[in-house]
Amino acid sequence: MSALFILIGISILVAGGFLAAFLWSVKSGQYDDDYTPSVRMLFDDDKPQEIISTLKPLIKTK
Amino acid sequence: MTKPPSLNSSIPEQTACYHCGEPCPDKSISREDKFFCCEGCRQVYLLLQENDLCVYYDFDKNPGIKAKGRFTSSRFAYLDDELTREKLVQFNSGTQTNVTFSLPQMHCSSCIYLLEHLHRIHPGIIKSQVNFQRKEVFVIFDNQQITLRKVVELLAFIGYEPRISLEDSISKKPGKFDKQRLYRIGVAGFCFANIMMLSFPEYFSSGIIEQKGLKETFSWLNLALSLPVLFYSGSDFFVSAWKGLRQRFLNIDAPIALAILVTYGRSYYEIISGHGAGYLDSGSGIVFFMLIGRWFQDKTYDSFSFDRDYKSYFPLGVTLMGTEGERNIPVTRLKKGDHILIRNEEMIPSDAILISGQANVDYSFVSGENTPVTKSCGELIYAGGKQVGSAIELEVTGSVSQSYITQLWNNDVFHGKKNTEKSFIHPWSRYFTVALFTVAALTGIYWMLHDQSRLLPALSSVLIVACPCSLLLSATFTYGNMLRIFGKNRMYLKNAGVIESLAGVDTVVFDKTGTITSNKASLVTYEGTPLTPKEEIALQTIARQSSHPLSKIIADWLPGAEGRISVVEGFREYTGKGVEATVNGLPIKLGSAHFLNQFHADCLSSDTGTHVHIMVNNTHMGRFQVSNQYRDGLKELIGSLKQEKYRLYLLSGDNDAEKDNLKVIFGPATTLAFRQDPQQKLEYVKSLQDQHRKVLMLGDGLNDAGALMQSNVGIAVSDNTSQFTPACDAILDGSRVQNLDNFLSFAKSGKRIVTISFILSILYNIVGLSFAVRGLLSPMVAAILMPASSISIVLLVTLLSSVMARLKGL
Repeated sequence: MSALFILIGISILVAGGFLAAFLWSVKSGQYDDDYTPSVRMLFDDDKPQEIISTLKPLIKTK
Repeated sequence: MTKPPSLNSSIPEQTACYHCGEPCPDKSISREDKFFCCEGCRQVYLLLQENDLCVYYDFDKNPGIKAKGRFTSSRFAYLDDELTREKLVQFNSGTQTNVTFSLPQMHCSSCIYLLEHLHRIHPGIIKSQVNFQRKEVFVIFDNQQITLRKVVELLAFIGYEPRISLEDSISKKPGKFDKQRLYRIGVAGFCFANIMMLSFPEYFSSGIIEQKGLKETFSWLNLALSLPVLFYSGSDFFVSAWKGLRQRFLNIDAPIALAILVTYGRSYYEIISGHGAGYLDSGSGIVFFMLIGRWFQDKTYDSFSFDRDYKSYFPLGVTLMGTEGERNIPVTRLKKGDHILIRNEEMIPSDAILISGQANVDYSFVSGENTPVTKSCGELIYAGGKQVGSAIELEVTGSVSQSYITQLWNNDVFHGKKNTEKSFIHPWSRYFTVALFTVAALTGIYWMLHDQSRLLPALSSVLIVACPCSLLLSATFTYGNMLRIFGKNRMYLKNAGVIESLAGVDTVVFDKTGTITSNKASLVTYEGTPLTPKEEIALQTIARQSSHPLSKIIADWLPGAEGRISVVEGFREYTGKGVEATVNGLPIKLGSAHFLNQFHADCLSSDTGTHVHIMVNNTHMGRFQVSNQYRDGLKELIGSLKQEKYRLYLLSGDNDAEKDNLKVIFGPATTLAFRQDPQQKLEYVKSLQDQHRKVLMLGDGLNDAGALMQSNVGIAVSDNTSQFTPACDAILDGSRVQNLDNFLSFAKSGKRIVTISFILSILYNIVGLSFAVRGLLSPMVAAILMPASSISIVLLVTLLSSVMARLKGL
């Protein structure tokens, strides 16, 4: 039954990991603005032409 | 009603500007197949096209902001001043500068796209990041390639002129407090969930756990986990309760702090002495729920500012005309006798006398009146107006803080906090505390006489179970939800306290211009010799060319000449006075009575600024009268407010020209006061309050700022919520003024909802107390009763307030 003690320890560690993740996400400003990033991800990449030109040779060789 | 024959249908569909969506006067300004309303808009389009940023136009239709053209070279010259620059920038490494601008014009996803791709327009900009809700853009730029002034000029050119004021830049500290709150909630949630989980074995085994040492492990882990809740997450409650007690005031946090202390004290005693497991799960749970409740209630509108004064609205710098030429100085250093230069669209920062130039001052921010006022040399010009037209030179008559409009802020009302009444929850919590102590004392006496060993357990159970947390939760969640419903209806309240103040209001005071009249729609009437179609076309053509707002209104009102080409000769505009030209061979003059008298000794009587006279072929034909149009539904609103027994007043800064119309709308019993200056408005509201009235003031401009501040609830009405609003308790979108009666009755129902949920929470308390007084409160009963009562109350109030909103038509 001593496995129970280890499991309790692990469960608290896992939960602590989530707490740390939450605190980090607040600290790094992920809750500062919950609207703009949802729009930003819809913008096309900066230089679509360049990406296409790098991809083209790859497609042809296949 | 007789309508002019098919006024609307005869106008051919107008072309909307590809950039800003405003109608184009003709199709002369174009690029490829796209048409623009003005050269400024076309310039912006060309700039975007050149930099391959035309995706801007794909996210939203006509997303642009009407461009004002290239700015005069020294408009932003004050940004080159070292001191000013230091105050504005957040970080400067010598090569790189970080700065945040407030851009109230931001309105759609296209704006985000353009503002985040500034680096494509100018390589000196390294990065730009938008926070849409705060309407801010954070810019990092390379000092070697671009200056702060150039960045601002670029932003202004593409239509997003930053709002730069010292006031805003000083208070631009990141919201550290808000993050603390989230940390507290996170920690409390983590501890609460784990304590709950570790308490389950105890409940399910009815207190007997066979494994040796396991029970103690659970208890001690719980104790360790509860420490951060007590000392970190819950510390606000103790601080607030202590502050209240020091001022001899029993606020709602006092019984909560007491309940937390007793819960934890007894639990720690039980665990340390090995008697039991304590109530740590319930104890952490209430802290967690109450923190969430407070966060929910205080979630406010980031992009609004409710406590601006004139400083956040006046410019930072001004051009001083010295002996050694022009130079820029901060406005705070202006002193009596200085000569200053004010260019087109610039604001006059202090009271001054006009020395040279044509002053045509737009006071719309001060009074809500959108017709510019013409001033001639030697006249005194009050601060707060914007010059429209060519540059003028002024002599300052006093420092900025001594101006007519800014003097208002020397009034006591603006110093110290607004005297908001204490919430009705506080007396409730006081009764609650008194009742609680009575029950506790009775329980104590009973057990003292009968069984002294059960005295302490019973006493502490009473204090644990009777925590007023559900009382607090019902108020926070009701008001939090109501704030959101108000916001959805474009009424943005400063905080939850305003709802209670709104519910208590019995007197409503209106401002006239801009508040009950609309700045967008105007009513035009023509008196005089009827005009022939040919004359109408000629008039419209010439009115379109003028930059004066009245001409634009008249041009829009006249039946159309779209698509037809008129021959215009000898066009001349006299800024702020009038225009003359020969259209299709017809000589026309359009302007004020004073202007026309110069050409013809017709001796037109000089009248108020809203008349525009016409002369065709040197004969006076008649005049247009442009008056403000009252908002839709105003009459219905007044009627229903009267039915609800509100006392109504109207305070107008204008003359009494509109008195008869207003009498019809407001009825004979309403007091109408005209020619009220800002100070008088403030005094008027104060005199009403001295008669023990609770006053709601609706106003819009800086001249209402004093009255808004003095009133119990000050609502700033704004047709464009991104614009400047004076300090107030709430900002109301102009199109929703007609719903004021619904807002008021909704606020009243909020109090009823809170009362209902109070009664429910007291019922829960009675159930809990019935266990507690007998000394039978087991940790399990507490663990079920507390979250159950909290959650059911939260659900109830959220549901009730949403249903109420629907019933009130919101």
